Amino acid sequence: MFFNLFTELRKAKIPVSLKEYLALMEAMDAKIGAYNVDHFYYLSRAVLVKDERNLDKFDRVFGHVFKGLESSVDEIEVEIPDAWLQKLMDRYLTAEEKVEIEALGGWEKLMETLRERLAEQDDRHQAGSKWIGTIGTSPFGAYGYNPEGVRIGQDGNANFRAVKVWDRREFKNLDDSIVIGTRNIKMALRKIRQFARDGADLELDLPDTVRATADNGGYLDIKMVPERHNAVKVLLLLDIGGSMTVHTRTCEELFSAARTEFKHLEYFYFHNCLYEEVWRENRRRRSGTLDTTELLNTYGSDYKLILVGDATMSPYEITVPGGSVEHWNAEAGAVWVQRLLETYPHAVWLNPTDERYWQATPSIQVVRQLMADRMYPLTLDGLERATRELRR
Amino acid sequence: MKFSSTDSYIATEELMVAVNAAITLRRPLLVKGEPGTGKTMLAVEVANSVGAPLLEWHIKSTTKAQHGLYEYDAVSRLRDSQLGDERVADIRNYIKRGMLWEAFDSAELPILLIDEIDKADIEFPNDLLRELDRMEFYVYETKETIRATQRPIVIITSNNEKELPDAFLRRCFFHYIRFPERDTMAQIIDVHFPDLQGKLVNEALNLFYEIRDVPGMKKKPSTSELLDWLKLLMVDDIPPEALRSKDMKTLIPPLHGALLKNEHDVHLFERLAFLNRGEGRS
Repeated sequence: MFFNLFTELRKAKIPVSLKEYLALMEAMDAKIGAYNVDHFYYLSRAVLVKDERNLDKFDRVFGHVFKGLESSVDEIEVEIPDAWLQKLMDRYLTAEEKVEIEALGGWEKLMETLRERLAEQDDRHQAGSKWIGTIGTSPFGAYGYNPEGVRIGQDGNANFRAVKVWDRREFKNLDDSIVIGTRNIKMALRKIRQFARDGADLELDLPDTVRATADNGGYLDIKMVPERHNAVKVLLLLDIGGSMTVHTRTCEELFSAARTEFKHLEYFYFHNCLYEEVWRENRRRRSGTLDTTELLNTYGSDYKLILVGDATMSPYEITVPGGSVEHWNAEAGAVWVQRLLETYPHAVWLNPTDERYWQATPSIQVVRQLMADRMYPLTLDGLERATRELRR
Repeated sequence: MKFSSTDSYIATEELMVAVNAAITLRRPLLVKGEPGTGKTMLAVEVANSVGAPLLEWHIKSTTKAQHGLYEYDAVSRLRDSQLGDERVADIRNYIKRGMLWEAFDSAELPILLIDEIDKADIEFPNDLLRELDRMEFYVYETKETIRATQRPIVIITSNNEKELPDAFLRRCFFHYIRFPERDTMAQIIDVHFPDLQGKLVNEALNLFYEIRDVPGMKKKPSTSELLDWLKLLMVDDIPPEALRSKDMKTLIPPLHGALLKNEHDVHLFERLAFLNRGEGRS
């Protein structure tokens, strides 16, 4: 009975266990909410969902299971573009070929075909998923077809929208020597450290007890102090290059502050969105990379994850396999971000872009949704909110 | 035993279902929601509604799970022994019962409110798992087990400052009190101020929801703040027209101190007022 609902909820990554399912059965047995769909909905929600962040997911699954009206959202995003993108990538995505094609002058024609294909896609799935909703008819146009299009041989990133930028970027290692002027950020970051004397664990303050007892004329007067421990481990992932160069300075300040604040601090770089690789040093970008899987396995879930990035890119770079601007990625960035979030329940995304512009950039919306709204601006106030979230 | 809206508390249908499920199955009910949406009041009202005594356990950052069970006051026993007090012989004299013990021992079926559980240390909920599950605990000092004669109804509130552990959540029912919609809000006001003129309520509600919609507010005003504000409006006898007036001088609502609790928000409002004034001129 309702086992379908249970399995679908688990599939949607809502943490329900057998215990809750049995509780629901028990409640049904007690005839609570047995004769009314609304009541059953309220009841199952109260019994199965334990976090308001999951309420929306629950509603979708509930609607899907009992009405069959909507399918769970994520499937479409991956399915559609896979086929045609694969084809596209096989044919066009190496630099040599690019030159070839350009030399042959066949680019226009190829793009034309691509456009037709895309138009089809758009027609069929217009209302379907978010990423399609944010774009026009042809996300892969080049040379002026579409501002979101494929750009070749251009190194600027002026409108923060390029889907494909071929040029290799000059990445700079983030300089961590800037300390002056970062005092404010340091103050906020310091809050992450839980060792401040706010814990509930008390220990005997022996010197103070002896003194107080002596003051008391020999009668025992015990003094306690909160226990002191610093167990905070931080995993810092920084977006570098591309549209982030504009924000490098802000980023550097945060970075240098973070360096001095944590004992257990691991940091890695990524570009635009998380994929299967991260790297430690920008100079060794091509050789010194680390598999993200390895990262997930090396650093346990007790690490607190701080992602720093402007999340300003083409929505494709997040939602579509092969969407990366630099290489062919077999799995979508969203999948990798999801994996990170599953491993690190304490995670925030810090965004140097002004909070007011977030609404206007589709990719920020996508990332925010991925992060379950845990995106904060790189300001003192934002840091404050982020650290509060991390401390929970 | 059923919970429904009382003459001082408006409960939505979803809340009623959740509360009744918790009452029937005797599982703890975890209530979350924006501050000021009546989480703590809920326990009081449930107690009123079902006619049960209410035991309140307010949690602070230094509260330990043990405090809810019992405390053994070793220090005063040590002191008494130095003073040669006779009470020293019996350890029971130094065991102080906590709220949970009181609830387990209560002759009538009690309602236990564990208020703001997120204020406590992160391990706090874990330390209460067995106690809330089996409704029993062991007193080491006297070597006895305290068992609940009847499972009390437990209502737990959280302001979401800390994440609660999964094992704990699994044992609870959960309800998130959403911010009331306009209709519900009108009912709530009606319950609190039955003699308030309808027009004033209407204007006040308009203004209130407008304020909540202002982007970038640090602390949105909540139900309890609205009620306070209305009380002030009534005391000051402010006519409904004053709230509607688009006169730019009064764009900041009268007696806004009850609604806006943050100088950032007040500034935001003043800025908006200033901008609007500019529009008005052009």
